[in-house]
Amino acid sequence: MNLSLGPLTYCWNKTVTFEYYEAVADTAIDTVYLGEVICSRRRELKYKDYLELASLLNNKGKKVILSTLTLIESASELVELKRIIDNAEFAIEANDMAAVNLAQEAAIPFVAGPTLNLYNRASLDIMQKIGMTRFIMPYELSKYWLQQVLAESSNTFETEVLGYGYIPLAHSARCFTAKHHQKPKLDCQIICQQYPKGILTQTQESQPLLRLNGIQTQSAAKVNLINQMTDMSAIGINYFRISPSGFEDIALIKQLSNLDEINLTGINIERPANDCNGYWYGEPGMNLQDNVTV
Amino acid sequence: MELLCPAGNLASLKAAFNAGADAVYLGLKDDTNARSFAGLNFSAAQIKQASQLAKQQNRKLFLTLNTFAKPGHESRWQQAIDLAAELHLDAVICADISLLDYASRTYPGLALHLSVQASATNVAALSFYKQQFNIERAVLPRVLSVKQVKDLAKVSPVDLEVFAFGSLCIMAEGRCQLSSYVTGQSPNTGGSCSPANHVRWQDVGTDKLTRLNEVLIDKSSQSEQLGYPVVCKGRYQTHDEMAPEYMLESPTSLNTMSLIPELAQAGIRSLKIEGRQRSPAYVTQVTQVWRQAIDCYLQSPETFADTLQKKPQWHSALDKVSEGQVTTLGAYERQWQ
Repeated sequence: MNLSLGPLTYCWNKTVTFEYYEAVADTAIDTVYLGEVICSRRRELKYKDYLELASLLNNKGKKVILSTLTLIESASELVELKRIIDNAEFAIEANDMAAVNLAQEAAIPFVAGPTLNLYNRASLDIMQKIGMTRFIMPYELSKYWLQQVLAESSNTFETEVLGYGYIPLAHSARCFTAKHHQKPKLDCQIICQQYPKGILTQTQESQPLLRLNGIQTQSAAKVNLINQMTDMSAIGINYFRISPSGFEDIALIKQLSNLDEINLTGINIERPANDCNGYWYGEPGMNLQDNVTV
Repeated sequence: MELLCPAGNLASLKAAFNAGADAVYLGLKDDTNARSFAGLNFSAAQIKQASQLAKQQNRKLFLTLNTFAKPGHESRWQQAIDLAAELHLDAVICADISLLDYASRTYPGLALHLSVQASATNVAALSFYKQQFNIERAVLPRVLSVKQVKDLAKVSPVDLEVFAFGSLCIMAEGRCQLSSYVTGQSPNTGGSCSPANHVRWQDVGTDKLTRLNEVLIDKSSQSEQLGYPVVCKGRYQTHDEMAPEYMLESPTSLNTMSLIPELAQAGIRSLKIEGRQRSPAYVTQVTQVWRQAIDCYLQSPETFADTLQKKPQWHSALDKVSEGQVTTLGAYERQWQ
């Protein structure tokens, strides 16, 4: 099983973002996804900046996949999407059927992102027929689901699962970060840039629950399937996705890339009490089954 | 412009037709639709009865199949499509591409409406579903402004249906996992958002606590009007703000009556009323008011705004059956976003 780094979901400034990916380039990670997936109002990095980062990573031997917007509401967002799809060099991650449609028209293969609603094998087979090369499992699905779907017949597409990071749970027309600051979305002043990990939101009993990231709502807890990696590899998952959350990712990537998969049960990676892994076990996503060994 | 109303049972279906619905949507008594609640929905025999009633009265009937087929259980969803074809229902409302594929290949004559759970919000996504499965209509997620709806209607390859009234889902439908994060069940997988068996109300002193799978969604006074507890309508705190706040949305319902002229001029094919889980009395009340409003507009489009002013009783009737007794234009209005 290889490691992949999902698209950055937060709005970091350009300098920090470049520093982050320069550090990523020096790790042994296999695949890096690049691109704005949340909000077209975020313009800290432009298309050419992403291409520059893509070349930088590619030159260091990383596979680069350009990620596309999740919620596409306007003609201008479709123009930008088309531009990404028409790049001659890199594969794309389709996070909306719009991207699937345009990729198919351009006859280029695509990675089916986790927000496409693909919930059974027949759906995956349709996607594969029209160009899907890799399937990223929707976040709320489980090990049992994936085992069933992969067992139905042999497949030529790869599979990827979010293994570490905050879970994207929902997308809205409303910007919750701007709302929190009593600003209208059209005059948001990119206030989300002040929150490099979103706004941590907790219940009135101080239980961390959500993370507000512009129009996206994430889990307060990180999904952490590091102790399940051997299991994941055994059922045929090709990529373990890490979702960017800060420079601490670099140490994690280095640690995980040095692991001999057979010895995974012996690893000692700190798992804070508020991590979660419920979805993997077919339970509420926020649940944590502790130290389940294979 | 069609008035499309919900029915969770035969009494609601009759209520909807009597009050002037042009069409009704309903679901089977199982997890093939996202209102899978005990005591709600139709058996196959009841759908047959409903379909006879609809034909007698020259109204339309759509079968809602808006969840995603579970591996190993696909036949349940396919049989629902078979039933719709056999009874010559007017359309199936569907989001799962494997089911759209099955229906379009097996029953080319069966009209397909793309469910809101498919999250299609733009012309390229709509084109995908049109090209692949020949859908006739799509239901738009409640994330577009009225200007975006109008722009999309100009270029859409299929008819468009929009939500006109009812509980307000503030996320792009079909892609919201807030419910499964807390309860393990989502509309896509389990057939309902915020399932009732996970809800618990608790009285503590003068406070009323609302819990969803033990997570505290809201704390209110006993007298406060509460909506049905969902994660997106709870009151929470942040690290820098301890005063509880509706961080996402407060309990409120969608009401787009003032937008009827704009939606009609944009060529919107159908106005959908939410609420298959609601009572026949709700269906009657809401359908009657919307029937009058649409008829008023069609008879005299230019005076509709004035009529609306002179009919505060329409709004008060709708407010009474609304969550939190408050309504909003939601994402249709830029300011809300």
